[in-house]
Amino acid sequence: MNRLGIKTPARYAINATLIIAFIYWGYVITQGGMLTRAQNNIIIQVGFFIILAVSLNLPAGYLGQLPLGHAGFMAVGAYIGALFWRSGILSGYGSVVGGLIAAGIVSAIFGIIIGVPALRLRGDYLAIITLGFGEMIRVLIMNLPSITGGAQGLQQIPRHSNFLVVYICVIVCCLVIHMIMKSRHGRAILAIRDNEIATESMGINTTYYKVMAFAVSAFFAGVAGALYAGTLGILVPSDFNFMMSINILMIVVLGGLGSMMGSIIGAIVLTSLPLFMQGLNQYRLIIYALLLILVMIFKPSGLMGTYDFSMGHVLEKVGGWTMRSKKEGGASDDSE
Amino acid sequence: MLYVAQFINALQLGSIYALIALGYSMVYGIIKLLNFAHGDVIMVGGYVAIFALAAGFHPVVAVILVILGCTALAIIMEKLAYTPLRTAPRISVLITAIGISLLLQNLAQLFFGARPQPIHIPFPTGSISIGAVSIAYPMIITIGVAVLSMVALNYIVQGTKLGKAMRAVSEDTQAAQLMGINVNSIITFTFAVGAALAGIGAILFFVRFPVVTPTVGAMLGLKAFIAAVLGGIGSIPGAMLGGFAIGFLEVIVNAVGLSRWTDGAVFLVLIIILLVRPAGLVGKPMIEKV
Repeated sequence: MNRLGIKTPARYAINATLIIAFIYWGYVITQGGMLTRAQNNIIIQVGFFIILAVSLNLPAGYLGQLPLGHAGFMAVGAYIGALFWRSGILSGYGSVVGGLIAAGIVSAIFGIIIGVPALRLRGDYLAIITLGFGEMIRVLIMNLPSITGGAQGLQQIPRHSNFLVVYICVIVCCLVIHMIMKSRHGRAILAIRDNEIATESMGINTTYYKVMAFAVSAFFAGVAGALYAGTLGILVPSDFNFMMSINILMIVVLGGLGSMMGSIIGAIVLTSLPLFMQGLNQYRLIIYALLLILVMIFKPSGLMGTYDFSMGHVLEKVGGWTMRSKKEGGASDDSE
Repeated sequence: MLYVAQFINALQLGSIYALIALGYSMVYGIIKLLNFAHGDVIMVGGYVAIFALAAGFHPVVAVILVILGCTALAIIMEKLAYTPLRTAPRISVLITAIGISLLLQNLAQLFFGARPQPIHIPFPTGSISIGAVSIAYPMIITIGVAVLSMVALNYIVQGTKLGKAMRAVSEDTQAAQLMGINVNSIITFTFAVGAALAGIGAILFFVRFPVVTPTVGAMLGLKAFIAAVLGGIGSIPGAMLGGFAIGFLEVIVNAVGLSRWTDGAVFLVLIIILLVRPAGLVGKPMIEKV
């Protein structure tokens, strides 16, 4: 194929510039008082739903399992983050970062504890057992009022989630999962999705990679949970029920199982939709449910399929189109 | 004496779970589908009962309407959503089932509101006393109806030609088709039977817990489903056994004063059974062929 081939350092420079520009632009817009409070809230919400969807996409889309307990990991992260911030161990940005990391790590530990037994099963059984674990986490939170505030919930959580914090987490999450998927580990995960028995017979430790995917997914779900706590300032266990897991799954499925771009677009569209259809708000969930059924019947791969966006490829296409005559057979470059 | 009363109590609860679990188990046995919307069929049954009674129908007619309503709903569901997905990957069908459950819950909320609605099904009141123990009529009727339904189901599955076809389809769909069995209509029939049992279960459930909300089916369905898994999903005696086991478990957990942990205990049982014996108490372990 006659590709222009942008060199890897140049790709990194382009991507980094775009990311910094996006963060700066978003920061100026959200801090400049140009948006209403509701619009600001939606932007923050979109952020943590992107993290939740992208992290669920790892086991659901790439690994090919169907965990139904994502809200459980989110709950663990939310409570750990909230308790960390309330305790005031650190101050300033140290506290924010510390809380997020603590939330992620504890969630990841839960992910491993749950993943090791759960991943012995597959398909429907895995879906049910993760559902069971997710509900168990909620029951535990409800019944430990001395730590978590029980059914009344946890209040007066410092509101640490602003645009900068949330979207830096979004970018870190997308970047880490993207890099995992482009690495040897990612190929092992995709191989497990395509044929587990064949993968195992190639000498790949399938259990290790499944648990790893689960733990990474739980880590970012935990971070998203902490951001959620830092946005609302109040947590109640019923926020993290089965419906929350289904909402996240819906984003991933509508976007396309196995497409990070799909998860991101899905999160943006489904989360910001209430803003544009205020009059239809009572029909919103009905429309979502119908969409879910119709997508499964007519386009089971989701709206984006497994297509993944790459800035480098887009630039190559545009560049290759205008400058095809100048250069012949650019260096083959598969690093993106 | 308290023990006997609790025992009957557990039997009543268990027979409701068993009736609902049968629907899950039969459908799973035949097309390997976790019908997430099965619990919501019960919720719809509750609203049908409210309207039938409010419209002044005789209670017996209302009960028949509930059973017919549940059956019709399941057939529509199967025809519109599951039939087009017969050859789709199982994960797609599972997601569709979740979608239908969500759709039914939200439609109910739109039409009837989220407010809990009381439902009063006229049932014979009073009780009989055996020694020092008094047993309320609804308890006896519930257990009796459940046992009768299961006997009838057993007859349909084991004694009729339709039942034979059902067993054949669940054993090997393609071979059954080659033998001239209309697989699609057998699957629809299975859905219908499961939903009719859910309709009966709905009546018995709302006699005991007389409040209908749009999400009442979610937790009930989940627990009945756990009962089906516990007994061995796909197995009819397993579903009955699992239903009674979950009923007893809940009553015991409540009786020792841990009522806040009831749901947790049920989920714990699910996790343990899936880890120790995923095929359930009476199910056959599945061997994976390469």
